[in-house]
Amino acid sequence: MQNEHLNSKKEKIPRTKISEQKPEERIKNFNEVELGYTEEEAVRESMRCLMCKKPKCIEGCPVNIDIKSFIAYIKNKEFEKALEKIREKNALPGVCGRVCPQEDQCEKTCILGIKDQPVAIGKLERFAADYEKNKNYVKNYKPNNSDEVNNFIKANKITNSNIESIRFNNIKVAVIGAGPAGLTCSGELAKMGYKVTLFEALHSPGGVLVYGIPEFRLPKKIVNDEVEYVKSLGVEIKLNTIIGKTFTIDELFSKGYKSVFIATGAGLPYFLGIKGENLNGVYSANEYLTRVNLMKAYLFPEWDTPIKKADIVSVIGGGNVALDSARTALRLGAKKVKLIYRRSEAEMPGRIEEIKHAKEEGVEMVYLTNPLEIIGENGWVKKIKCIRMQLGEPDESGRRRPLPITNSEHEIDTDIIVIAIGQGPNPVLTQTSPDIMLNKKGNIVTDAVGKTSKKGVFAGGDIVTGAATVILAMGAGKIVANAIDEYIKTGIW
Amino acid sequence: MVLENQIINKYNLTKEIVSFEVFSPTIANKAKAGQFVIVRASSNGERIPLTIADFNSTRGYINLTILKRGKSTNQLGLMEPGQLLNDIVGPLGKPSEIEKFGNVVVIGGGVGIAPILPIIKSLHYEDNYIISVLGAKSAEGLIFTKEIKQYSNEFHICTDDGSLGFKGFVSEFLLNYLKKDNKKINRVIAIGPALMMKAVCSITKNFNIKTIVSLNPIMVDGTGMCGSCRVEVANQTKFACVDGPEFDGHQVDFDLLISRLNIYCNEEDIALKKFMENHKCKMNI
Ligand SMILES: Cc1cc2nc3c(=O)[nH]c(=O)nc-3n(C[C@H](O)[C@H](O)[C@H](O)COP(=O)(O)OP(=O)(O)OC[C@H]3O[C@@H](n4cnc5c(N)ncnc54)[C@H](O)[C@@H]3O)c2cc1C
Ligand code: FES
Repeated sequence: MQNEHLNSKKEKIPRTKISEQKPEERIKNFNEVELGYTEEEAVRESMRCLMCKKPKCIEGCPVNIDIKSFIAYIKNKEFEKALEKIREKNALPGVCGRVCPQEDQCEKTCILGIKDQPVAIGKLERFAADYEKNKNYVKNYKPNNSDEVNNFIKANKITNSNIESIRFNNIKVAVIGAGPAGLTCSGELAKMGYKVTLFEALHSPGGVLVYGIPEFRLPKKIVNDEVEYVKSLGVEIKLNTIIGKTFTIDELFSKGYKSVFIATGAGLPYFLGIKGENLNGVYSANEYLTRVNLMKAYLFPEWDTPIKKADIVSVIGGGNVALDSARTALRLGAKKVKLIYRRSEAEMPGRIEEIKHAKEEGVEMVYLTNPLEIIGENGWVKKIKCIRMQLGEPDESGRRRPLPITNSEHEIDTDIIVIAIGQGPNPVLTQTSPDIMLNKKGNIVTDAVGKTSKKGVFAGGDIVTGAATVILAMGAGKIVANAIDEYIKTGIW
Repeated sequence: MVLENQIINKYNLTKEIVSFEVFSPTIANKAKAGQFVIVRASSNGERIPLTIADFNSTRGYINLTILKRGKSTNQLGLMEPGQLLNDIVGPLGKPSEIEKFGNVVVIGGGVGIAPILPIIKSLHYEDNYIISVLGAKSAEGLIFTKEIKQYSNEFHICTDDGSLGFKGFVSEFLLNYLKKDNKKINRVIAIGPALMMKAVCSITKNFNIKTIVSLNPIMVDGTGMCGSCRVEVANQTKFACVDGPEFDGHQVDFDLLISRLNIYCNEEDIALKKFMENHKCKMNI
């Protein structure tokens, strides 16, 4: 019985705080906000785990990491084993430890969390990943013969890797999109021996992890390390290649790829569809964040790409994308940053921790407010006309529906507007493959293992689910890797 | 051995316009008239859209013709054969609509002359009667005249200063032409500065001639991911990089385009100044 733990007389250890840069300091730089646990702190936090017989946390994890076991390893200071345990299920622990919404997943179901604060599972995951950072990733290489190893290492310019008993089968698989779904699937397939080519439209791999999520929340070094790991398994990454433009899917098949995985994400920014949206100074969050993160506009003019800096920045939306945009604006020197959201704080889909960070940093939360029109002057945005909202009955999403309050129109001064109300599927690829079935929103329709309506073509991640989370995209990548293996082996569709 | 993204040839066409043949066999193989690529000159460079001015799939190169204006284009202008462009991605955008229209007036202004070359070629192979009109500030500013003439049934030049051909803007020439000539014009294609395209469209609208323009807004990814390239066409927002770059000119909001092209004026000045300081000696040559 789990409940016996709750009554045990065990001494209560409070949840170990993670050290952070101070808000007034951190809004002046793009360095990571959270500094991570020390060894001591990690071990201390791991002692809080009740080691439940039936751990609920594992059920709460979308990829069912054996959380109890990895925490036990940390408790025993066997940090590398802890990471190995996580890696059994999660290819991107350094990323997920930082960006997963743990409060809705593992930590939500943590038994300790019923009466006390849950174990800081995410922070422990991050600790294990960071601890190992400077060590080699893959151990116990068992090659067929030494020539095979040498050739492989030469061909792939691998320096110190030791790939675990990969037997290359020379079967080519194409993966489209180097976000979490594509990277994970590529890595898994490579480990099974497939010759994987990962095609990426941008000049840098990582998907949202490099162009969307800011440095201060997810240092790009972490993403690069994960990418290097995938490369070290023999995956070839072809950047600057847009499937649908540079090649079509049918061309990939005629080039000898036996199966294709589409992991192109949710890269199409939605706009509000209100007057004034194309005024100068109105950005989509995708553009704002891409300029700053991928193109390093915060280092302008050392880096070439510019971004408009201004005193007042208003961000529309309430999710992670909105929070990231607002906190980026502060770091670009804005004096006042407002986050305009049509519901209330309780309905905000962003990670709790980021909401807290944003508030600490001085982002002004303007809840229950909806924009009606953007008002400009000489081509530049000046004001947003808004209306106040109140919450009505719950809608399909289960959240209470915001309803406008009559005669509550008002204007808010602003110099820049960032629209972060969601992203949809980018049609560039699917337009050139009409035989792939889409739903009404343009997302690819698949079965449970990612099969699309086109033989040999799988899809997963945000392109299937709509904008979701890193861990779900990763999980999909893993499921599809197994399904591709089965399809290639059996030929059954 | 020639490498992918390597500059094979460089031609200084005018003082301000430089033309490169870049080895990019995949793109050369796929490219169609009207499409563009996104280029990053260096590892900390910005992503800039450049029209594919010409392409040769047998030899595997594309031609990029660049007006040296801001930092990135000036930096590109300093590159020499043998050097590699950091990134090229494409071909992007929708290809030009090419079919047998009949009598087509094709107008190119300034560096906009370069992208009309592949369009004229394709129109020529479809048996159109091509009336080409090239415009520049003065005779030295004209590019690709020989190549374009070769594919044209009528060939006209306009210069602002009158140093060659008609003295005045291409739009003024067009107005005279349409008034005088009683040939039925089935279509006009105009590529050049936004103001030029706007002027052309306001004329052809009165004559009720369908006019296609190629828009050049500021871009980042070029794949429909950011919305930096939004333009308004028939009162609807479009992403020029995926929905265009060619649109029905009579439906385009040119004032919005021009306003959005000026978003980063100050920043561009800063970047260019800094660049010029660091490259003073080279730029003087
Ligand atoms: C600003 C922001 C903050 C976020 N914060 C969090 C968070 O804190 N926690 C969390 O769990 N999730 C967060 N998310 C969501 C999460 O990042 C996504 O759910 C996840 O990245 C989806 O992974 P994916 O692999 O499906 O797609 P993506 O990461 O979008 O990757 C798709 C890749 O495919 C490439 N591509 C697209 N089309 C083509 C083509 N035709 N040919 C070749 N390549 C192509 C793209 O360039 C991109 O690199 C955030 C998202 C954003 C935008
Ligand atoms: S350039 Fe980003 S959407 Fe067109």
